[in-house]
Amino acid sequence: MIRRGAFLAGAAAVLSGCNRYQTSLGGEAAESANFLRLFWTFMAVCTLMYVLLVGGMLIALWRSRKAREALVVENGRHHASAPILRPLLIGWAALILVGLSALAIASFVTDRSNAANASHPKLVVTVTANQWWWDVQYSLQGTTTALRTANELHLPVGVPAEVILESNDVIHSLWIPNLAGKQDLIPGRVNDLQLWPKKTGLYRGQCAEFCGLQHAHMALDVTVESKTDFARWLTAQKRPAFAPQGPVETAGYRYVTSRACASCHTVSGTQAGGTVGPDLTHFASRRSIAAGTRPMDRGNLTAWVADPQGLKPGTNMPKIPMRRDEVRAVVAYLERLK
Amino acid sequence: MSSAQKPKPPAEKIARDGPKLTGAKLEARLAETWRTPPGFIGWLSSVDHKDIGRRYIVTALTFLALAGALAIAMRLQLARPESRLISAQRYNEIFTMHGTTMMFLFAVPVMQGMQLYLTPLMIGTRAISFPRLCAFSYWMYLAGGLLLWVAFVMNIGPDIGWFAYPPLSGPQYGIGKRTDIWAQMVTFTEVAALALAVTLTATILKQRAPGMTLARMPLFVWSTLVVSLMVIFSMPSVALASSLLLSDRLVGTQFYNPAERGDALLWQHLFWFFGHPEVYIIFLPATGFISEIVATFTRRPIFAYPIVVLSLVGTGILAFGLWVHHMFATGLPRVGYSFFTSASMSVSIPTGLQLFCWIATMWDGRPQFRVPMLYVIGFVITFVIGGLSGVIIAAVPLDLQVHDTYFIVAHFHYVLIGGAVFPLLGAITYWFPKMTGRMMSETLGKISFWMIFLGFQLAFFPMHISGLMGMPRRVYTYPAGMGLELPNLLSSIGSLVVATAVLLFVANMLLSMRRGQVAEPNPWQAGTLEWAAASPPPAYNFAHIPVVGSRTPLWDAGERWPVVHGLRVDDRELVLTTIITAGPDTREPSAEPSPWPLISAGAVTVMFVSSMFSPWAVAFGTIPVVIALTAWFWPKSPTPSKEPVIE
Amino acid sequence: MIPKPTFEDDLSGLPTHAFGPRSLTWWGIIGFMVIEGTAFALTIAAYFFVMAQERQWAPGQWQPPGLIAGTLFTIILLLSEIPNTMVKKAAEAYDVAKVRSLMPVMVAIGLLLLIIRGFEFNSLHVMWFDSAYGSIIWALLVLHTTHIGTDWFDTIVLWRLMRTPHGESPRRLVDTDENALYWRFVWLSWIPIYLLIYWVPRMFR
Ligand code: HEA
Ligand code: HEA
Ligand code: HEC
Ligand code: CUA
Ligand SMILES: [Cu+2]
Repeated sequence: MIRRGAFLAGAAAVLSGCNRYQTSLGGEAAESANFLRLFWTFMAVCTLMYVLLVGGMLIALWRSRKAREALVVENGRHHASAPILRPLLIGWAALILVGLSALAIASFVTDRSNAANASHPKLVVTVTANQWWWDVQYSLQGTTTALRTANELHLPVGVPAEVILESNDVIHSLWIPNLAGKQDLIPGRVNDLQLWPKKTGLYRGQCAEFCGLQHAHMALDVTVESKTDFARWLTAQKRPAFAPQGPVETAGYRYVTSRACASCHTVSGTQAGGTVGPDLTHFASRRSIAAGTRPMDRGNLTAWVADPQGLKPGTNMPKIPMRRDEVRAVVAYLERLK
Repeated sequence: MSSAQKPKPPAEKIARDGPKLTGAKLEARLAETWRTPPGFIGWLSSVDHKDIGRRYIVTALTFLALAGALAIAMRLQLARPESRLISAQRYNEIFTMHGTTMMFLFAVPVMQGMQLYLTPLMIGTRAISFPRLCAFSYWMYLAGGLLLWVAFVMNIGPDIGWFAYPPLSGPQYGIGKRTDIWAQMVTFTEVAALALAVTLTATILKQRAPGMTLARMPLFVWSTLVVSLMVIFSMPSVALASSLLLSDRLVGTQFYNPAERGDALLWQHLFWFFGHPEVYIIFLPATGFISEIVATFTRRPIFAYPIVVLSLVGTGILAFGLWVHHMFATGLPRVGYSFFTSASMSVSIPTGLQLFCWIATMWDGRPQFRVPMLYVIGFVITFVIGGLSGVIIAAVPLDLQVHDTYFIVAHFHYVLIGGAVFPLLGAITYWFPKMTGRMMSETLGKISFWMIFLGFQLAFFPMHISGLMGMPRRVYTYPAGMGLELPNLLSSIGSLVVATAVLLFVANMLLSMRRGQVAEPNPWQAGTLEWAAASPPPAYNFAHIPVVGSRTPLWDAGERWPVVHGLRVDDRELVLTTIITAGPDTREPSAEPSPWPLISAGAVTVMFVSSMFSPWAVAFGTIPVVIALTAWFWPKSPTPSKEPVIE
Repeated sequence: MIPKPTFEDDLSGLPTHAFGPRSLTWWGIIGFMVIEGTAFALTIAAYFFVMAQERQWAPGQWQPPGLIAGTLFTIILLLSEIPNTMVKKAAEAYDVAKVRSLMPVMVAIGLLLLIIRGFEFNSLHVMWFDSAYGSIIWALLVLHTTHIGTDWFDTIVLWRLMRTPHGESPRRLVDTDENALYWRFVWLSWIPIYLLIYWVPRMFR
């Protein structure tokens, strides 16, 4: 009981002091708010039951400290048990039944409410998991082509969105705790996840099903923004990639579009059309590199291009031997891809 | 009898126990008949359930130490964010080895080892029903464990997690031999566990001492019966799952391959149809320990025995209807999920009632705070937290958040360590005098109890918080700045305390084995039959088979100790009794020591291991297996031993 | 402390063997039959699970398995229960001579069945690696074949054993009795498998 109390106090202290961009206790969307309500309901009932049970035990041990009969069974003689125990047993059983029923009902009601959130999605996004990054496609109204990006999700606040979940290789699980619970991405199956964000903010999602070597580095940056900001972002994303400026960027542009990079990556508006790796068209507008492995900055980007295996050992992007100046050029060009 | 053979009874030539043959003379004769041959070969041939049970326990504890050492490695890596102590690949191997070893090579086998050691003693018989099968079982278990650990040391240990979901474990992504080794290890341990389960079931149903009706069985024996039946119905599922996985990997079947119309979820269903019962296979024996310990140390039989029995049976049955609660995030239909939520929550009813019965017993009795009893108290305080977090994650909307996070890691360590390891340590302390003839040190016992208990809370309570704060499980590292540093550091410190305490516990065992105070047959004044045998019990357990008239025969004995007599002493003979009322029914011979179980296990091992490299090995490997098994079952004496007919 | 024993029942008059549930062997056999039965049941569940993924069963590109070998196998297997019952009865009647004369019949039937089983594999019209459908059909058939195989081998060993003086021992007759019981499990478990391999793929096309 003391521990429970300490837990609550401790949890509150720890949580208020630090970043809240990846936590189940945020409640920034319809489903995660439901989660919080239900969670504290469960905690209340469970704490009560815990206190009763452990308290009961401590009292039992305390009261029988004073020696009574030596052996309750001795030489074949059984002493009757305390008469109060029988009604207590019945009462305890009833209490468990009531407690469980209440919790079960609360759980179903929440589940229904979550299901109802799903009914009118205004925005459909397809997320396809790969070892170890996320391919993201926005279906655009009125066109058959989709807008493709990677490792990030932009959502307008207050708009229910449906995320279609698929996988290209093994099982992954998409989890953005501030917005909703997780759903698995299973090869050969199509799942979906309903997100209905209620507060703008920057969040982080992460792969929650063990998917091999770099499962730990498979995150996703989530931006919940106002509808106008979202519209602006969408328009920007629809544009083809910016052209390189200056000789260094141009050298980088040539390298990326004509060498190995192009066989894996797409930079729309150029010859680079590979689909094995993340779309790089507006790469520099993202907040992190390689599925949340490192924050986006020049140092990290240089390290990544020069030796992806050093930054994220085992990643499916190979180390490509490059000269110093080539690396600098490629990084400069990539930074242009806002 | 119609056939020609009908030997004349040389009746009185046959020595039988009874008023004329009792005391030291009888014990000498029995010792000669039941002894395990001396020497190394004799040691390898032993079929004594106490030898095999002890081997099981010691081996399982060794695996606990190994897997525990891996846990410490993980905790060191996770103590700081972005730590580079352990590489991603190695970390993935380590948590796989930790989980696999703990579940398949420690928790289940240690419980079965305790059951194997204790059951015949508790029900008053001289041997287990199929002694050679038990010996075979142990060797299979050992081979499976060695296979896994040798592979790990050779750097080809599995790296797919303890439930090995395909396609990650399938032929496309799980390249190399790592996964094959995992799957074959599962096959070994399943064979071993199933063999013991059948043996224990038959022993309990047919070999109880005369008069020990089902309603007089010690609660630990009840839990053994329920658990053995659970093993029988659940383990085939994982054996099937892993066979299908192996055949996908080795001969190209398509069970789990979505590209050829297979389905990755088939694995999850088959695995968890076993995996969920498995956790109760670990937990229910622990409740059996608790029942025995509570009764002894409150000097009172457990309150409401029928309710405890019904709880055991009820949990055993419900356990088969819960497996989908491990798959809440896979996107199955919501209506189905509601069913599994309700079913999962309903397990709290039997568990809650059982807890009540123990507490009521304490209420009524006079508790003595010896070390085993401390573990019981620690168990209640700890396990119930884990049970309640189980109820929390049984709710779909809650589980979708905390599934595959450290909240789950916290849940299952609370129930596994609080609910199974604490009672186990209590049980080891409790039965140590029976097994070794010496008491464990009470002082050291108390120190290690408090260290384990407090260290455990420090190690695992913060995991609830790190889970809620967004830390997924099975990550080899986590970013700084998410608020995960403090809870992880606390967990790491706590785990070091636990490890020290476990080491202290083991040291206590080793020291006490040498120097502990010598124990009499019944040092705790307990009520059940095993305490009627000497400490440690002789090979034949009981010189005379007792007649049982109550649940606590030693407490109720008074001046009389009724026994049956008339069993042969020149041959291993058992009394079989009827299933419900335990009336004497037949006398059956019990198997002699034999090296063939070991040789058969060796042949099977060769076949299993080589089959990972070529399917043809199954065909060729079968030949030695068949030869060994035939030799095993073929009677050794040139002519059948004559059983005189008494008229 | 334990008081001195008081001697009650004298058990020396009890029999030293019994048939059926009174013997330990029976419980052992039943235990393993339950285990294998569970494995069959789960394989069948897996069959329906795979089937639920398909619109057609057998899936369009595959012919359902040919009926001749499988049906012949089934008929012989069911008929084999006649000599099997005779062996079982003879064992229970302690008729060693009759057991000795009937065992070779069972061995011969087992061999015949194994040969026909070879043709069955040949008439499945799908390979195990073709698709999940092929895999599960093969799995059922292989699983059952191992049971035929092991029981056949058991029967051979038992037959040789019965021909030695050990055969006179009532305990060996109990073994024979249980072996016959196991054969019943083998043919009983075949019936659903036969339907699943040969008929269900015809019904859902
Ligand atoms: C000893 C082992 C053990 C035991 C006993 C339990 C007991 C329970 N477990 Fe646990 N469980 C595991 C071992 C165990 N579990 C393991 C190893 C995993 C993870 C596997 C993996 O993913 O690696 C797991 C995972 C797991 C999950 C899946 C989580 C996920 O992956 O997302 C769920 C979900 O429902 C669950 C539920 C429960 C429930 C409801 C109980 C119940 O039986 C608990 C019942 C007990 C109580 C409730 C306490 C006492 C009762 C009362 C005080 C009465 C009053 C209570 C109320 C009115 C609420 N467990
Ligand atoms: C009965 C089962 C059991 C037990 C007892 C434990 C005990 C411990 N476990 Fe384990 N654990 C699991 C079952 C168990 N665990 C399972 C099933 C998983 C899931 C795996 C998966 O995801 O696949 C898991 C996962 C798991 C994780 C999560 C890993 C991850 O997801 O990345 C962590 C992390 O902290 C952890 C820690 C610990 C610790 C610190 C202990 C401590 O209690 C250990 C205490 C230490 C000792 C007992 C050792 C003492 C001995 C020595 C120090 C060495 C001496 C050596 C010799 C004498 C040779 N465990
Ligand atoms: C064999 C295929 C392959 C080649 C060749 C390749 N990449 Fe990649 N690239 C990938 C994959 C796969 C990822 C995702 C890695 C991950 O996050 O684990 C990736 C990720 C990236 C990222 C980070 C993307 C993001 O969304 O965070 C950048 C930038 C990148 N690659 C640039 C390059 C450049 C520049 C080259 C050429 C020098 C190149 N890649 C060559 C496969 C490739
Ligand atoms: Cu993707 Cu874990
Ligand atoms: Cu479970």
